[in-house]
Amino acid sequence: MIDDKGRRALIEAMAGAVIAHADELTALDQAIGDGDHGLNMKRGFEAVLADVDTISAKPIPEALKAIGTTLVMKVGGASGPLYGTLALALAKELPADPSRADLARALKAAIEAVKARGKSEIGQKTMLDVLAPVAAALESGADPVAAAQAAAEATVPMKAIRGRASFLGDRSIGHMDPGARSSALLVAAIAAKLDEIA
Amino acid sequence: MSASASPSASLGSNVGIVIVSHSPDVARGTAEMVRQMVGDEVPLAFCGGNPDGGLGTSVEAILGAIDRAWSEKGVAILVDLGGAETNSEMAIEMQPEERAGRIVVCNAPIVEGAVIAATEASGGASLDIVRRTAEELSPA
Repeated sequence: MIDDKGRRALIEAMAGAVIAHADELTALDQAIGDGDHGLNMKRGFEAVLADVDTISAKPIPEALKAIGTTLVMKVGGASGPLYGTLALALAKELPADPSRADLARALKAAIEAVKARGKSEIGQKTMLDVLAPVAAALESGADPVAAAQAAAEATVPMKAIRGRASFLGDRSIGHMDPGARSSALLVAAIAAKLDEIA
Repeated sequence: MSASASPSASLGSNVGIVIVSHSPDVARGTAEMVRQMVGDEVPLAFCGGNPDGGLGTSVEAILGAIDRAWSEKGVAILVDLGGAETNSEMAIEMQPEERAGRIVVCNAPIVEGAVIAATEASGGASLDIVRRTAEELSPA
């Protein structure tokens, strides 16, 4: 069972990963989007960190709900509703003491919610292209971090169909999707911290 | 940042128009065009900028704009780019159920769409007609 200290450590690890890589995410987004992904995600996770005492005191589902709501309200780009929806859907699906199987099932349901929010499908050069392989890895017993990293790399040759990057058409090919990168960063941060505290 | 244009007397009888741009200046300018070209017969509100005031959109500001332009006949939202649309859809879902079904995002260019939608709305058209008229501007 992850206690409040563990929940705090997980939140700080997620926020730390996003904030430390904000410039890189912005650079990726400048290549194929509107150049605000790093800045937006940093703003959102700084708002989560500002509330970490309250949030980490809550059980996992309620904490995720608070994180999702904060991201929706504070991020300011499309990634706010997308990551917010991911967190809110996980909040709905996860029990207070989730197993790996719970995580896999909840992530699959959350992926459907993100698809609906972004009107997007897998294979369109988005965060979904990382989240889906992560859910599959959680289910099969494979390493979700390796799956996330490989999946983010695999967005480089993809052509964007959704979001600002889709305006570029073929010119979106050759760049990693910033949302795929931020998803992979979050997966790696969560997994590393879970290994430490579980 | 966000602000609303001045409300007028006949509010509530016409569909409201909300303008959501990444840029506060584009949002304000579009609202000015609507007011000058269409007049004061429609509830009108606009917002632009992220929660820090930079370019972007804010769910909180959109929720506020919907409140200011609220009409019992519903609200049509005009947006510029992707995040404005996603954040507007999020804001609609966060509305009470009796309101959520009466707010739509129009798939139309923001400036022309806002003017056309407001023109339809000022004549007392239903939300569905307002939206369809604005969306006729979009390439199929």
